[in-house]
Amino acid sequence: MDSSGRFVARHVATLPKSGIRDFFAIVSKMKDAVSLGIGEPDFVTPYHIREAAISSLEKGRTSYTDNRGTQQFREEISRYVAKNYGPEYDPETEILGTIGVSEALDILLRSTLNPGDKVLYHEPCYVSYAPSVTLCHGEAIPIRTVAADQFALDPAALRAAWQPGCKLLILNFPTNPTGGTADRSKLEAIAKFAIEKDLLVASDEIYSELTFEGDHVSIASLPGMRERTVFLHGFSKAFAMTGFRIGYACGPAAVIDGMLKVHQYGIMCAPIMSQEAAVEALRNGRDSMLHMRDKYRERRDFIVRRFNELGLKCHLPRGAFYAFPDITSTGMDSMTFAQKLLEQQKVAMVPGTAFGAAGAGFCRASFSTSYEKIHEAGERIARFLDTIPRR
Amino acid sequence: MNSVLKLILDGEALDTAQIGKILGLGAEAVDRELAALRQQGVLLGMRPVLNPSYESEHRVRAVIEIKIRTEGVGGFDGIAERISSFEQVESCFLMSGGYDLLVVVTADNLYKVAGFVHERLARIDGVQGTSTHFFLRAYKKDGFIVNAEASRRDQPSVSP
Repeated sequence: MDSSGRFVARHVATLPKSGIRDFFAIVSKMKDAVSLGIGEPDFVTPYHIREAAISSLEKGRTSYTDNRGTQQFREEISRYVAKNYGPEYDPETEILGTIGVSEALDILLRSTLNPGDKVLYHEPCYVSYAPSVTLCHGEAIPIRTVAADQFALDPAALRAAWQPGCKLLILNFPTNPTGGTADRSKLEAIAKFAIEKDLLVASDEIYSELTFEGDHVSIASLPGMRERTVFLHGFSKAFAMTGFRIGYACGPAAVIDGMLKVHQYGIMCAPIMSQEAAVEALRNGRDSMLHMRDKYRERRDFIVRRFNELGLKCHLPRGAFYAFPDITSTGMDSMTFAQKLLEQQKVAMVPGTAFGAAGAGFCRASFSTSYEKIHEAGERIARFLDTIPRR
Repeated sequence: MNSVLKLILDGEALDTAQIGKILGLGAEAVDRELAALRQQGVLLGMRPVLNPSYESEHRVRAVIEIKIRTEGVGGFDGIAERISSFEQVESCFLMSGGYDLLVVVTADNLYKVAGFVHERLARIDGVQGTSTHFFLRAYKKDGFIVNAEASRRDQPSVSP
């Protein structure tokens, strides 16, 4: 019998598994399943960006780089962020290249949290926020967002959730899994509160280019926020570069310096070929990105209309590539709905509760997939719903 | 661009009922759009894209470069239209460069292509010379990668 479990740290042993893993295990064994569970672009990285990585290898550029990333990479990030988001960051002291936003957020938490520090985050949200806080011996405090509000963070809810000991606020707009965004007035109220309570803000803006309604505003661009915000971004979503594992953090020098310490001991540097591909994306990737965004928007319109036709009430996600229909009219909870749908009609949607308790009553359906698959999933969901007495 | 046309060009195998659902139109409306596109000469037809390795068991395909003389024979258009009318001819283009017409032909076997070149093309008044190249293997066709294994993606079917 394997008793090696005794070696696992308590805070890891008690950490729940991601709700997505079980699902993945079942779906990956099913031959003709239609998956709306994919949390990444269905596009291959645009050719000119792949070419930059190939060219980097051909030139024999296979070494470590500066811990922060190459000078060129940081300079391009600085230009791109200033142009598209507003704030200007010094490539020498305020920018750090990372292994995606995942690493950036992890090292931000590890370099800023003392044991017991509290971290506010809005739910439903990306699966790793709360566990990452727990792994840093911090306490994650969810703030519920709701469909009636299109899952934007209500500043009043933020104020209500705050408690003494809160040090950090994680924001993610547009939001995975809800497609929620935050307009300028909401962000201004959030910023005001962050200043009042002296919160550091981690703003994960990985989906920002994929904003379909209105203009994306970064909280880092608001008055008084640059000095208390770490802007986290990457290439996975906008440029379809998930496998490159490349991202970055921009923020005040002392915070970036702390993150750099954790990064240099834990990671050393992001892969050089990914950095070079990312430079090409920053310089010349805009047209490819806009093309993909248009495709996502068209698919969004179809899938949202389809869910509503089927009687699964679905708000219009304003960004990212996920629909988040309300499945409560079926009388089932999210997990039961997702399991039965998978068993009976072989359609995979991720139960909303995988994204936190606030996701109860919803399921996430990625529209980063072909029309054929979305259409087929719609037909199968219709057949599934026909078998269920509806409320 | 017309929304129906845009969807067809994406290369997904969708029938008119599916297209109608996706675009929020009825199937009849899609049929009307398609009919209008045909009438306007925008849409010439819709054909499946076959894997050439399947096709090559039954057919050979060749590309023929043709040099032509235009005096007294109705110019480029006259000859190109004459050549296009052969059923073996799949496509025919007027080209810039070292030759004038590029013609793609298919036939049951190599000898039939050879016969077509000798007995048909070479006899057309105005055709000065031909150069025939046979297709050996296809790697990509009409935007589709032929070898599914080469383009396989190990994307997990569920991810965060």
